[in-house]
Amino acid sequence: MSLARASALPGAANRPIDVDAVRRDFPILAREVNGKPLCYLDNAASSQRPSAVIDAISRYYETSHANVHRGVHRLSQEATDLFEGAREALRRFVNARSTREIIFVRGTTEAINLVAQSHARPRLQPGDEIIVSWLEHHANIVPWQMVCEQTGAVLRVIPITRSGEVDFEAFRRLLGDRTRLIALAHVSNALGTIVPVERFIHEARRRGIPVLLDGAQAAPHMSVDVQSLDCDFYCFSGHKMCGPTGIGVLYGREALLAAMPPWQGGGDMILAVSFERTVYNELPYKFEAGTPHIAGAIGLGAAVEYLEALGLDRIAATEQALLDYATERLCRIPGLTVVGTAPQKAAVVSFTLQGVHPHDLGTILDSEGVAIRTGHHCAMPVMDFFGVPATARASFAFYNTRAEVDRLVDALLLAREMLG
Amino acid sequence: MDLKDLYRDVIVDHNRNPRNFRPMPDADRHAEGFNPLCGDRLTLFVRLDGDRISDVSFQGSGCAISVASASLLTESVKGRTVPEAEQLFSSMHDLLTRDDASVDPASLGKLAALSGVREFPARVKCASLCWHTLDAALHREARPVSTE
Repeated sequence: MSLARASALPGAANRPIDVDAVRRDFPILAREVNGKPLCYLDNAASSQRPSAVIDAISRYYETSHANVHRGVHRLSQEATDLFEGAREALRRFVNARSTREIIFVRGTTEAINLVAQSHARPRLQPGDEIIVSWLEHHANIVPWQMVCEQTGAVLRVIPITRSGEVDFEAFRRLLGDRTRLIALAHVSNALGTIVPVERFIHEARRRGIPVLLDGAQAAPHMSVDVQSLDCDFYCFSGHKMCGPTGIGVLYGREALLAAMPPWQGGGDMILAVSFERTVYNELPYKFEAGTPHIAGAIGLGAAVEYLEALGLDRIAATEQALLDYATERLCRIPGLTVVGTAPQKAAVVSFTLQGVHPHDLGTILDSEGVAIRTGHHCAMPVMDFFGVPATARASFAFYNTRAEVDRLVDALLLAREMLG
Repeated sequence: MDLKDLYRDVIVDHNRNPRNFRPMPDADRHAEGFNPLCGDRLTLFVRLDGDRISDVSFQGSGCAISVASASLLTESVKGRTVPEAEQLFSSMHDLLTRDDASVDPASLGKLAALSGVREFPARVKCASLCWHTLDAALHREARPVSTE
């Protein structure tokens, strides 16, 4: 999808990313692990940060830190300007209509919990239904289970196919009079499947059902436009897109956010407080109780500016080329099975290697300086579906190279030799 | 940190050909162990003759370290008394976790092959899961054992 858009763009946008130059932007990529150059292929768990982000945070703490939205003094004004400037950068990044629709949260998990408790909980009646897919990360399952327990609503699950795609026809059959919300991964963290969410949203909107997208794995790797997606909520995390940990964004359609009660109470989310009555602040502050993660927001603002300067479409094209190369090379390893073979995928390869448990793979690869994730990837239902306790997962970012794919393959061959 | 120190020949052998890897329908005790981090799951079965462990077996799936450790456990505790098995558990705990291990590897026999795990902190739970599970089986704990 993003690829098609990239190739449609003229001139500069089609230039491949200069990976050597980009790698110099990320100080951590110069380090060694176990005496070997770090080969970081765990980007779906958390990406690394460029100097632009690290420096923006340092500069803020060294020159402008004070609390935001409070003081009349100079530093408070500077901090507020930087913080709100970051909000505007994030608005532009997802093409929201207004910064009132950009809520800073701790991450995707908090964003989903906020919607579950503030949007869904007050509306749900016993027997109402929430739909998720079998692909979801636990963060897009458990908050809905909790709200179902609280309200008597029922969680319905769209099955997936053997290739790891969400079954659209099954989804249509699940839609009904009691469907109150649909919560879907935009990109699967465990398998890399890019879910064609537009189809699902189109179907939901015809029936007036709100759709939340878990964009944690999508936002770092493709351009996201919440207006063209036409979703109601979009959630993503800073640390997976070259930003700091502990900061993320909930985008919400303004009319929905305005109708929602605050989630947490405290400072910054109020206009006036007395013991008789409290008047809540306007959007987006209504949902940002307490002193926010100011440095995190500024760092995330710097991260999206960095990504935009590279170009999200170029990033997507670079990662697609890496994915194609990695898939081709990995599939030639005897005994290796790729789990998740959807035609549209982000740069994630989940796999098993016959005779070698993923956890052993993780250790052996680490001894070669290669960092991958092993385990259930916080998506136990996906593991159950494929009948495996765990997989190994290599996930690529635009700063990875073909040479790193080769190192991954060599390390896997070593593991096979040792234990297979 | 040397991989050869972790995946010694004994470990590789017991992973490929785990000993006493079978169900035990007439077990006196059994317990389940689970390591949610990596998905290791095992069930340990024990038959007791008075205070003596007359038979012990396991089933399940897991990484090489957890499978080999469970296999080695079954070989080591079979024929021992419950207090002797508990003493071994304590020695294994020291072997796996203490930098300056006070335990004499020679007293552990083949189990000493697991001493390399100490250098790989992320893997200690893999090696100790079966021992915690044995402990639960011997003490009839109803809850599945989890390393988390």
